[in-house]
Formats: sequence, structure tokens, C-alpha cells
Amino acid sequence: MAAIEKYFRKWTLPHIWCPGCGHGTITGAVVRAIDRVGMGQDDTVIISGIGCSGRAPGYLDFNTLHTTHGRALAFATGVKMASPELNVIVMTGDGDAAAIGGNHLIHAARRNIDITTVCFNNSIYGMTGGQYSPLSPPESLATTAPYGNIDPSFDLCNLVEGAGGNYVARSTVYHITQLINYVAKGLEKNGFAFIEAVSQCPVYYGRRNKMPEVMDLLDWQRDNAVPIQQAEKMEPEELKGKFVIGEFVDGDTPEYTQSYEDLIADRAQKRGRS
Amino acid sequence: MSEAKMKLMQGNEAAAEGALAAGCRFFAGYPITPSTEVAEHLARRLPEVGGKFIQMEDEIASMAAIIGASLTGKKSMTATSGPGFSLKQENLGYAALTEVPVVVINVQRVGPSTGMPTSPAQGDVMQARWGTHGDHPIVAISPASVDETFEAAVHSFAISEKLRVPVVLLIDEVIGHLREGVRVRDESEIEEEMRKGPTVAPEEYLPYRDDGTGVPPMANFGEGYRYHMTGLFHDETGFPDMSADNAQGLMNRLMSKMEQHRGIYEWVQETQTEDAEVLVVSYGSSARAASRAVQQAREAGLRVGQLRVVTVWPFPEERLKAFRGHVDKVLVPEMNMGQLRLEVERVMGDSAEVVGIHRADGELFQPEQIYREIREVL
Repeated sequence: MAAIEKYFRKWTLPHIWCPGCGHGTITGAVVRAIDRVGMGQDDTVIISGIGCSGRAPGYLDFNTLHTTHGRALAFATGVKMASPELNVIVMTGDGDAAAIGGNHLIHAARRNIDITTVCFNNSIYGMTGGQYSPLSPPESLATTAPYGNIDPSFDLCNLVEGAGGNYVARSTVYHITQLINYVAKGLEKNGFAFIEAVSQCPVYYGRRNKMPEVMDLLDWQRDNAVPIQQAEKMEPEELKGKFVIGEFVDGDTPEYTQSYEDLIADRAQKRGRS
Repeated sequence: MSEAKMKLMQGNEAAAEGALAAGCRFFAGYPITPSTEVAEHLARRLPEVGGKFIQMEDEIASMAAIIGASLTGKKSMTATSGPGFSLKQENLGYAALTEVPVVVINVQRVGPSTGMPTSPAQGDVMQARWGTHGDHPIVAISPASVDETFEAAVHSFAISEKLRVPVVLLIDEVIGHLREGVRVRDESEIEEEMRKGPTVAPEEYLPYRDDGTGVPPMANFGEGYRYHMTGLFHDETGFPDMSADNAQGLMNRLMSKMEQHRGIYEWVQETQTEDAEVLVVSYGSSARAASRAVQQAREAGLRVGQLRVVTVWPFPEERLKAFRGHVDKVLVPEMNMGQLRLEVERVMGDSAEVVGIHRADGELFQPEQIYREIREVL
């Protein structure tokens, strides 16, 4: 614990999250991953949008930016593009990243800009009191889905893979060691890295969906997370209602800001010659 | 200053070159008529000077990206037009509250909605002031020529950096696409205006502590001053504080920093106003037709003067107030249904009759139309 304490602004604690919320665990995982890969606090910018996940960077002793709803990746793109020497991390949520910020997620992945994005997926809009998100499971209950959710849910990892993300992985609060490993790998990846971290919201999701205790939700994570190797051998019917954890992409495509630096160097050389 | 060289340029190019001369090194944008030439010009020019250009996925992202870039110490700008300007409003408010210097070019076209994309208008004047929600400080500058557009771009960055406030460069479509001679200056001829940095050690730095100027010193990300920035109301530490006292104090400082530094942004031009009975208040391209009409009226022996407002917001209230009791009639020609006229009426009160001359049909004012109105009121 002592090793990671220095990454926290201790005077900002206790945090505002509800008892039993998984977001503190994910924040801890991000910090442990940062410590493992040895990123400097002065050279790292952590950016968030709006919602419960949006509050995470404030607790962390880095250059931290709490932006507008859904736009964290767009702000982050400006930071990274203008100053590629900085490490840029985005902490976002399922509503923030998949609904209002969906376009920015697609295009950050497509560009393969060197930003590590951790999506805190608690299946609900928690900050506004429990409305369904694009990642709420079908038939689940929410304040805006009082008769059960009829929306199919989004597979964000699939989306980011399709858009061109260089590193894509999913884990859960329950599988914390694996989650730390994935975030660390994402941080080390030169390019766009996306890690979906399945979280739990006992207050606004669990309570309405017959899982009122924190352990109900953690058990749900344990029982429904299927490792990718196992999932490959299963029929689609068997995977219904479950979700896959593991690494989906571990690529090595050219990084965006580097491509632009090359372009600047190339222009300078050509101008020098003419 | 060495003698400026004259160059034939388009208004949008002049805005882009003025920005570069002011030290702009980051541009994020999205194609939209009639501002696209700004992006096209900078896509070519920025990498030549070691700067960065990025075409974002939408207007909202472009606004966000320039705020992010500015936070790392790079002078940053975007350019758009009506529909895009509407989309930028939320993050424009973010820049105003968090006090991140940015410049936003809005080459105005006829609105609302898709409107008439290639026709000129001055319909975004009120939006430039009040487009984002909540009370907030903002500056808007409306140049009347291509040469003045270059100067206005340079000036926009200076104001933005000195006051930590977003500046809107409000160009009329017809100025954006007009080609005229520009007195081009390069970066070495322009005084470097950069936000003032902290004077204390990182452990003592409070990002929103007023140093008495109303404008807190700003550290850039990556310089070792680790701090937090949020669009929530915050105290001088930068962390959220939504207590009533803090909220009012923050709002008071944001508004009073503008009042305190009026000299930095105020930009008006008076012509033949000494003995004027009728004053024409105008801005942007309309001011050109107004100048001609005023000249014509003088030739006909009429006592008419012109107050040309270049920095539209904050409105040059005191400069106009000086005419109370001196002029009987004030004419306000605008390519809209009367937006700045409301401001003129407010300032003049009962002291003069304020007459709006409006057209919102995508056509320019002819000097004759304004001259006819002058004859009408005299």
C-alpha cells in the first residue's frame, strides 16, 4: 500500500463513491499499473468525463483534467497531439464512452493515438440515479426502464477492435490481478489501448436487479465472466447472458502522433532541399 | 517594427496567417463552409513551423482538443461557422470557467440551422456573447477588412493569453472570402504574448489564486505543477467547491477580470463624430457600407459620424455612453434582425432615438441603403 500512496491526493479523500462501488478498486488497479510501468507523475495527464468515473482523476496526484460529458478522449487527443512527450490516460464510464462519447471513442481508436483508456463499466448511469446505459444488460431494470430494458447492449471491446484499437482487453473488479496486468500492458502499448473494467453498482444497479449486496454483484462477475480461451470453444447459445474476459487485440500498428512527427521531419527535410 | 510587406490574401487565409504570426501552434477543426479555408491553410502551414494540425471527428471534439492542447502550453485555435459554433458552445463554456486560453474563429453564414451556407450574415453576435449556458466572460472581435482580420487574429491570441479567456474571432463570410492587401508581419515583429506562469514552487502553487490582477498565473501540464482542473465550480485549489460563498466569489472574479482589463481588449474607431447629430454604430462588413454612407452624408453637409465597434464583446459601453446628450439619433445597420441594436438601446436609454437597419437575406448592405436611412432621420 505504502508504495502507491504517493499517487493519491490524500487530502481529497474519502471519495464520493457509494459504499460497495467498484470504482475505487479500478482506480487502485490503474495506480498499481502506473507504479509497475514506472510512469512519472509530472509527465502523466489523467483525463475524465462526467459521471461516477469522472471523479477518479481528482483523487490522483498527476496532471488531472475533469472535462465535459463524453469528451474526455477529445480533450486527451489535444493534449497528446500537442505534447506527445506526455503520457495520457483516460478514465471513462459506460455512459460517457459508449453513448454521448461514442464518436470520440471510435475515432481515437481509428487514429491509434497513444492514449490508454480505462472504461469503468457499471452497467448504469449512477451519478444521475440509475438510468439504463448502452451497456445495461437486456431486460435489466433501471429508472428509465421500469418495465425492463429492451435495448440490446453494446460490446465495447468489439467496437474498439473494429475501429482499429491497438490493444483491447476486458476484465472485472473480481479479477483484479488480471485487470492490473491489462492496464499495465495498455500503458506500455504505443498506440490506442482500451481496457473495459466491469464494475459493480450495488446502489443503483444491483438493488433494482435482485443483487442488492456487493457480493451478489461480485459473484455475478465471477460466474458470468468467460475467459477468452474457453469462450472460443463455446457455442453462441452457451455464451448468452455471459461476457468474455481476456485480451482481444495486442497489435503493433503505427502510432498517430509519431506519424505526424515523421510528417513534420519530412517537410523540414524537403524544404531544406528546395 | 520594420516596414510591413503587403500581400494579397483571402480573409480566411489572413486569419490563419495572423494566428501563426501570433504563435499559434495547434489547430483542431472540422470542415464547414464558409470557414474551411482556415483549416486548409493551417493543414499545410502548421507542420512547416513545427506545429500540429488535426481534423477531428466533429465540431465538439475540435473545441475539446484545442483546450487540451492549450493546457500543455501551445497556443491553440479552431475555426467554424454557425452550425459548428452551436456545437462548440458547451466546451466554450468549459474554457471560460476553467480559464484556458483558446481562440475560436466563427465565419458567420446565414442561420438558423443549415440556413444559407455561402451567404454572409451577422446573426451570431448574440450567440458569441451568450451561446453557452450560465454567466461567463468572453471576448468577440469583428474585423471589417482582410488586413484587419490579420491584426484581429494576432490580437485575439494576445487577449486570450493575457486574460485567460476564450476569444471569438467573428468574421463575416464576405470578409472571410474577400481578397485584399494585408500588411503581413512575421512572428519576430510581434510581441510575444504568453500566459503568465507561476512565480512560486510547485508545492505552493494554487491554480486559481488571484494575484491581484484577477487573472491567476497558469502552469502548463508537464511543467511539474501537478494540479486539478474541472468544469465544476472550484476554489483556488482547483478542486470542486460548490458552497454559495465560493461560487459567488468565483463568478465575481471571472466577470471583474474583464472589467479590470478593458484596455487590453477594447477596440473601437470613431470617424467624424466631433459635431455629429447622427451616429452610425456598426461593425464587420456592414461598417464598410456605413463608412461610405457617412462620407456621402458629410459631402451633402450632414452632421453624421461613425462609431465602428471592432471588439463587440465586451461591449464598449463607456465609449458609446460618451455620446449621450450629444447625438439625437443612432443608426445601427446589421446583417441580422437587430442584435447589437439592443445593446445600443440599453446604453443610450432615452437620450437618443435608436434606429435599426436590418437585412437578413444573405445580401450585403449597399451604402445607398444606409445613406437613405440617414436622410430619413435627419
